[in-house]
Amino acid sequence: MLAFLVQRISQAILVMFVISVISFTIQDGLGDPLQELVGMSVSDEERDALREEMGLNDPMVTQYLRFAGNALQGDLGVSYFYGEPTMDVILRHLPATLELVIAASLMIIFLSVPIGVYAAIRPKAWLSKFFMGVSTVGISIPVFLTAIVLIQLFSIGVQVTVFPADTGWGQWLNEFFSTDGGMPSYGRGDDLAHLFGTWESNFFSQTGWAHILLPAVSLASIMLPLFIRLIRAEMMEVLQSDYIRFAQAKGIAPARINFLHALKNTMLPVITVGGVQIGIMVAYTILTETVFQWPGVGLMFLEAITRSDIPLIVAYLMVVGLIFVITNTLVDLIYGLVNPTVKLTGKKA
Amino acid sequence: MKKLMTAVLGSVALAAAPMAVSAETTHEIKLAYDADPVTLDIHEQLSGGMLQLSHMAFDPLIRWTQEFEFEPRLAESWERVDDRTMRFTLRDGVQFHSGNELTTEDVKFTFDRLKVSPDYKAIFRPFSELRVIDEHTFELVTDEPYPLVLNAATYIFPLDSEFYTGEDANGNDKAAVIKHGNSFASRNMSGTGPYQVVERQQGVKVVFERFDNYWDSESPGNVDRVVLTPIKENNTRVSALLSGGVDFIAPVPPTDLERIRRDSNTDLVTMSGTRIILFHLNQSRVEAFQDPRVRQAIAYAINQEGIAARIMKGFATPAAQMSPEGYQGHNPSLQPRYDVERAKELMAEAGYEDGFTVTMMSPNNRYVNDDKIAQAAAAMLARINIKVDLKTLPKAQYWPEYDARAADIMLIGWHADTEDSANFFEFLTMCPDADSGRGQYNAGNYCNEEIDALVEQANVETDLDKRTALLQEVEQRLYDDAAFVPLHWQDLAWAARKNVRIEPILNVMNFPYLGDLVVE
Repeated sequence: MLAFLVQRISQAILVMFVISVISFTIQDGLGDPLQELVGMSVSDEERDALREEMGLNDPMVTQYLRFAGNALQGDLGVSYFYGEPTMDVILRHLPATLELVIAASLMIIFLSVPIGVYAAIRPKAWLSKFFMGVSTVGISIPVFLTAIVLIQLFSIGVQVTVFPADTGWGQWLNEFFSTDGGMPSYGRGDDLAHLFGTWESNFFSQTGWAHILLPAVSLASIMLPLFIRLIRAEMMEVLQSDYIRFAQAKGIAPARINFLHALKNTMLPVITVGGVQIGIMVAYTILTETVFQWPGVGLMFLEAITRSDIPLIVAYLMVVGLIFVITNTLVDLIYGLVNPTVKLTGKKA
Repeated sequence: MKKLMTAVLGSVALAAAPMAVSAETTHEIKLAYDADPVTLDIHEQLSGGMLQLSHMAFDPLIRWTQEFEFEPRLAESWERVDDRTMRFTLRDGVQFHSGNELTTEDVKFTFDRLKVSPDYKAIFRPFSELRVIDEHTFELVTDEPYPLVLNAATYIFPLDSEFYTGEDANGNDKAAVIKHGNSFASRNMSGTGPYQVVERQQGVKVVFERFDNYWDSESPGNVDRVVLTPIKENNTRVSALLSGGVDFIAPVPPTDLERIRRDSNTDLVTMSGTRIILFHLNQSRVEAFQDPRVRQAIAYAINQEGIAARIMKGFATPAAQMSPEGYQGHNPSLQPRYDVERAKELMAEAGYEDGFTVTMMSPNNRYVNDDKIAQAAAAMLARINIKVDLKTLPKAQYWPEYDARAADIMLIGWHADTEDSANFFEFLTMCPDADSGRGQYNAGNYCNEEIDALVEQANVETDLDKRTALLQEVEQRLYDDAAFVPLHWQDLAWAARKNVRIEPILNVMNFPYLGDLVVE
């Protein structure tokens, strides 16, 4: 266990180092950070003086060494735009993103497991076919489109008038397909509960939930179909295996076979994929947060790019890298719990 | 589905309702701009967003009306003493948010700070000093006779000198203008304006509350609380308005103008703007551009009206010069001259009937539809056999390329900080000179000393009629010479819920005077 953690920590350090070098080398392509700091009519002299003061005139290597030296002491620099330490900026934005990911993950877990299992046990039922059909559609629609459609349907509202309104059935169909709107379309709302530090939570008030619902649904929309299909496929494979057939022959109750013996083995690959996907979801929040003006790290990162706020970009990439390393480590630990035959340090079992 | 959704979402949506009802007693408006103020220090950056903040938390000495006239604010009256001195009388009984009384000392403090602010010092360079006469009288003195004293005075938003003097907790000077970093002034403010900032989370929201002791008791404004949320994504901003999540949005993207106009709950206000979009033809990179006939041919080949109608969807005013209507230099006789046949003739006369190949660069996220405009122009030039190799870039990468004059034809948009024609010429057409800073954005490298002399003459001419004649002549000569290719002035658009009466508080400078906003 200890060896495993040491190995992971040294991997993390390597990952951080590589990320910092890469993000430092791409900064030249990101444009001039000064453009966002000064007005158009500021003279070249002023610009040069400012550039000198900010150390932007130094060679890249000098800049990197200065950054790395500070980073080793836990100082990841000061954001040009926010004028405060980048870690403070990120920590302030991170809770919003984590809450969004948590809400979406809960949605995915509580929907994909029952649906996936059902579709595996009763592959021929019309409901299974319906779920599979919908999930194909869901997987192929990009997140931002889902988000825009959700806003139109549930925030602005849609009045359908294609059916003849003078007939009873037309009226009913019009009503049926129209929506009222009224759901909040942007931001986190005003009613946030303060938990600790910079963590303000949406989970403790009705307005909070109303604000997080649409962004979470659109974020979940891309992963949910994937998980349903994954669980279904894994489960069907497990149900074909000898030990299940043997259990069935022994006359064990189907519920016990399905949910105790089969599900446990189904979940192994799902956990692996899930861990990676949570990391990817943090990345996907960039799109969701932009459309919903959700004040999380994704939105912050995107704006940092348009402003060429290099210290913030570098710090964000390093934090996200760290999140990936941590989730993967946790996945490996959980994996060991679910399947005791797996050895963490990678030695043959 | 509606019924199902009502059942599922009804309870959640209801939670938002009580907030709307409570707005009966105290008027609150929710505002969505594309960005929130970068800092609370109004001298840190000269930009539209910062000026919008200035007009909320501070008051200028004088301000522009919708008709392009000056309206007294903190300066009650003013008179010209001689051609280098203007005397102002300050309003009595004006209080800062801190409780301090406004005096000429505060104005002097502000003036001195503007002189050292990197962004503002250019505007205040012609001024030698602000002379304090007594507690409510002061004079603005210029080195040379200067016609734009009042234009500059619209940028003087007096700061509370007592509040900004001294050292902060870290031992730094509270008055320091620091571009990036955590200065006292970038986190704290005390002005005389209608609103005080009570809460601010950068990038998330700024909450303003009306200042109880605001001096302007005649202002019709009845809004007690303003919540400003930055919503960068156009679609989201429009959705927020249509769904009732916010009451007032700006800017409105051209693609959504119709949608808002059709909606029965919202009002749309558009105005012809003052930002000119144009192309520079680089004469030092392309020999052909040194021939005025080639430049004219290009000017004839570009269909400004077509671009304004089709690409900008009518959301732009076609231009044949830089000065928009209302500016002194605006020359009403100059009209767009689209004529492909004439363009071909000129090309033939100049000996370029077979054309040539040039490079073109344009930003793709700085101005409305900038990349599409450049594509259209490239296609138009192909008709007179000029082959254009176009590259479009995000703005952060575009400006370094612009500074390097990296392409033969480059697109730029310009708004005159002084709201005056001479500013266009100084930055865009005068002979580039690193020492004086003239022609800083003249990517055409166009240089005509006669025209420059006219501009310099206008800059010291305090007789309005003579000055107007000079500036109009400059526009005429630049037009005849086809010094650059003007395209259009970008229009402005705002939208609000029906009960928010935005029309009277808007202006082409795009500083909504929110202190005077009436909500029904």
